Amino acid sequence: MASYSTNEFRGGLKVMLDGDPCAIVENEFVKPGKGQAFNRVRLKNLKTGRTWERTFKSGESLEAADVMDTDMQYLYNDGEYWHFMHPETFDQKQADQAAVADAAQWLKEQDMCVVTLYNDAPLSVTPPNHVELEIVETDPGLRGDTATGGTKPATLATGAVVKVPLFLEEGEVVKVDTRTGEYIGRIR
Amino acid sequence: MDSKTLIQLRADLYKKIRSYFQDQSVLEVETPSLGRSGPTDLHLASMRLSGDSPQYYLQTSPEFFMKRLLAEGSGDIFSISRAYREAEVGNRHNPEFSMLEWYRCGFGLSRLMSDVRSLVDSLLTQQTFSISTYAEFFESCLGVNPHSASDTDLLDLVKTRTTVQEDLERASCLDLLMSECVEPEMKGQGQAYFLFDFPACQAAMAQIGLNAEMQPVARRFELYIDGLEIANGYLELVSAEEQRIRFEQDNIARQSAGLEAMPIDEKFLLALEQVPDCSGVALGLDRLLWLIAREKGLIESPQMNLAEVLLFPWHNL
Repeated sequence: MASYSTNEFRGGLKVMLDGDPCAIVENEFVKPGKGQAFNRVRLKNLKTGRTWERTFKSGESLEAADVMDTDMQYLYNDGEYWHFMHPETFDQKQADQAAVADAAQWLKEQDMCVVTLYNDAPLSVTPPNHVELEIVETDPGLRGDTATGGTKPATLATGAVVKVPLFLEEGEVVKVDTRTGEYIGRIR
Repeated sequence: MDSKTLIQLRADLYKKIRSYFQDQSVLEVETPSLGRSGPTDLHLASMRLSGDSPQYYLQTSPEFFMKRLLAEGSGDIFSISRAYREAEVGNRHNPEFSMLEWYRCGFGLSRLMSDVRSLVDSLLTQQTFSISTYAEFFESCLGVNPHSASDTDLLDLVKTRTTVQEDLERASCLDLLMSECVEPEMKGQGQAYFLFDFPACQAAMAQIGLNAEMQPVARRFELYIDGLEIANGYLELVSAEEQRIRFEQDNIARQSAGLEAMPIDEKFLLALEQVPDCSGVALGLDRLLWLIAREKGLIESPQMNLAEVLLFPWHNL
């Protein structure tokens, strides 16, 4: 496997650190006038999602991580695994709970997701930024109340709970931003 | 900031600097960008012109040439020039940068620090200056005396206080602890710190003397503003014999680190014997300009990014 030296570190580069694949978030060059140069690096551990800070002597290198972001279609959940398919090669991958994590609440069958593969196995799943999901449970709507700006919790078809305006009813479809979990609008 | 504002800002800065030195009867000099040698420092990489011999190196500072002028009886001199350092790229570094360097004959370090302070006061309006020895400040942050601590003590400190895992030599431990643990304590807009009497292993081209505790120290100071290194001053080493030994030791260190040995600048060494007792300081003008721009409200980000004050930053040549 290739390796990268500190002066090649750029945001997004995938490297191995302490046995885990990481993405470089930020790389700051630190050097006193005539002294040793260091690189203060922020990395995101792609397994745990945690951000690490590490300082390296400039010129040190890290092994490249075999990590690839792939667009895949979500097929179904068999109770243990979430199954995804590559739309062109029809290659299928199964992702476990650890890989899917919080994305599970946004996964609707046939939606396209970004599946991050590490050594060819799903490491994490990123749902589309916006998803359209049906409300399956919420308090009865307050007819005509479109102006007060109040909200109520609503459970969506995938299990996610989001705050929606008071006038919405069960069975309606809403658009949600998966990055913030916020209601964006109603789909008519 | 648009380029017109930036051009004006730098022009104003240079005008003020020139007027300050004119009042002090310090003469402006120009020195070559290319030299037949470069510094031997382990952690300074000179850019070299490709091509056949003789070799020419872009100068990492005007120091060698300015000292040759001092040897010829120039008296007090200053220079605003470009300096070049290979592979130093980052928010606070540009491989080609502007440096103000000046020498005052007969000055000791404390007079030179006052000089630096007067100049900075004429350029930045809201500084509060503090002054302490390197050791006092280091110890107040890390609880260890940097002169008496053993190499192992320092390495232990590196392992507990930083995330670096490699083994480092003594001077590198000190550099790292400074940048990770000490400099953050000097942060704050308008906060200026002079630290003086550096560890002897970091003497570079400064004299080594004994402090009040009879420990050898490098007669050097650094000015930090808002936790950033702005200027680096020396009580200049004027012994050619001692300087030659340091060059040779540096070259041994370079070779064991797999770097090329730098040619020893014999013209410089010959001149050094004639250099009068003096102190000299180099100040990073781009960093200073950034601080000025921020003080004037032209920059909002609290984090230094030199590209904001460079008309042609490295990544956009």
